[in-house]
Amino acid sequence: MALIELRDVAKTYPPRRRGGDPVLAVDGVTLDVNEGEILGVVGYSGAGKSTLARLINALEPVTRGTVTVAGQELTRLSEGELQKVRRGIGMIFQQFNLFHSRTVWGNIAYPLKVAGVPTSQHQARISELLHFVGLADKAHNYPEQLSGGQKQRVGIARALAASPKILLADEATSALDPETTQDVVDLLRRVNRELGVTIVVITHEMEVVKNLAHRVVVMENGTVVESGSTFDVFAEPGHQVTRRFVRTVVDDVPSESVVAELRRRHPGRLVTVAFREGSVSQAEVFGELISRGVGFQLVYGGIEEVQGRTFGNLTIELTGDRVDEALRALSERVAVREVI
Amino acid sequence: MDRVIELGPQFLEATIETIVLVAVGVTVGGLLGLIVGTGLYVTRKGGLLSNGVVNLLLNIVVNVFRPIPFILLAVGLQPFVRQVFGVGIGNVAAAVVIVFAAAFGIARIVEQNLVSVPPGVLEAARAMGASRTRVIFTVLLPEAFGPLILGYTFAFVAIVDMTAIVGTIGAGGLGNLALQYGYRQFNPWVTWSAILIVIVIVQLGQFAGNAGARKVLRR
Ligand SMILES: Nc1ncnc2c1ncn2[C@@H]1O[C@H](COP(=O)(O)OP(=O)(O)O)[C@@H](O)[C@H]1O
Ligand SMILES: [Mg+2]
Repeated sequence: MALIELRDVAKTYPPRRRGGDPVLAVDGVTLDVNEGEILGVVGYSGAGKSTLARLINALEPVTRGTVTVAGQELTRLSEGELQKVRRGIGMIFQQFNLFHSRTVWGNIAYPLKVAGVPTSQHQARISELLHFVGLADKAHNYPEQLSGGQKQRVGIARALAASPKILLADEATSALDPETTQDVVDLLRRVNRELGVTIVVITHEMEVVKNLAHRVVVMENGTVVESGSTFDVFAEPGHQVTRRFVRTVVDDVPSESVVAELRRRHPGRLVTVAFREGSVSQAEVFGELISRGVGFQLVYGGIEEVQGRTFGNLTIELTGDRVDEALRALSERVAVREVI
Repeated sequence: MDRVIELGPQFLEATIETIVLVAVGVTVGGLLGLIVGTGLYVTRKGGLLSNGVVNLLLNIVVNVFRPIPFILLAVGLQPFVRQVFGVGIGNVAAAVVIVFAAAFGIARIVEQNLVSVPPGVLEAARAMGASRTRVIFTVLLPEAFGPLILGYTFAFVAIVDMTAIVGTIGAGGLGNLALQYGYRQFNPWVTWSAILIVIVIVQLGQFAGNAGARKVLRR
């Protein structure tokens, strides 16, 4: 059984204005988050990602369907029992949401107090967390004295204080610059590997997904439009929304305007061949072409690495008499798409 | 000028009366205002204890009583004060109407200050498993503490103003002294001495409030 199970979950918010339509924020989502994994949830603004997170820790009740966390179905629980469940689910935010009336220390102590951890144990736990996130010297600073990256580290330390099994990261890097984002991504990976925390990473930044997530679900209009391993989703995005997201970091398939430009310069047949590590090698593909005397030239493409495996798309101009025959032979072994 | 020295004991008594009335207004009225103001905020739509009916009732009560000019409230409440507290005039009655008026004024100030707390911070605390009431007392109010001090300082000045008016319903204090021995006996020395003491009280309160807020807001 998965650590988090969503079954046909829907969430409708009441209309914003009197007489308006209710807002269907999440619309029939079924998904599992397995223990120990990092799941990326991707989608544009308004897709329902934050709502999904708030259903997992029951900050909002579902309108339909069931959410099960560690075997407990949340709809059956009282508010008091839900509070206990929430203590086992950490959450970090885009705007950090630190308590400005408390020091870094006070921020991290808060969830310990809520969880009823005896004060005598706070000292050890808080310094352990501060060392883990690399802020041991900032314990007595106030949030406004920290940089964005440091604030998010405090957010992470605070979220981990009560030793949750799950961490929800809602756009946790979206307010950070690329370098700081990478630091936070590295920290989250350590949270997953060293502490065994299952992480749900909500983001619209594909770079973050690419570097962090084991698996991805893509959301649009409250539904999951695509899901799969991060490698598969990046190597072969199926849905149009996914393709747009993937293209923000992997730009190996020529866009329409690029195609027009390529056409102008390359009169031969243009095809795009998708390569994936563990499948047909480039040598084999080019061998097929050479053996038939087909001339070829690489005109566009790239090779990417995701989760330690490579994939790529190469656009090739083919010339010669036996192009058709070569393409037929290739299509049986790799994904070949004619560029039109 | 000689008259001012002659009235020394009266000045002392009036000053103490004013300070006591202000203190009662700020503390008791302030506490009631804090409760009503927090109620107004948390019962809003999407609030921690969202409740449309309670919110509507609180709003109606506050909107009815708050705009009434204080002098009219003071005389208007007299029958009720007499019913409940036995006397309709004097310092006790004055304290009751000051508390009443201060509570509604402060309620709105508190509500406005609480709005300035980012909702995400409250959500973070809830996500940690804190109960709604716990979030109110350990996050909402502490996070708004700095602005609240400034709001109360503002209210303090308004309450000093009220204490000068309650002479009308037979209360003592510097306002009454200025009217009785200064204005009516054509002695501006007395009037201005009373005014001077009021200025000092206001300045001290303002200074303490600003210093407190600066300390809490760390700037
Ligand atoms: N509290 C709320 N009340 C009404 N509508 C909401 C509320 N929260 C979110 N929504 C609406 O639900 C939809 C999904 O929002 P959200 O889950 O925040 O999306 P995302 O995080 O993917 O940007 C949006 O149309 C948003 O306007
Ligand atoms: Mg969101």
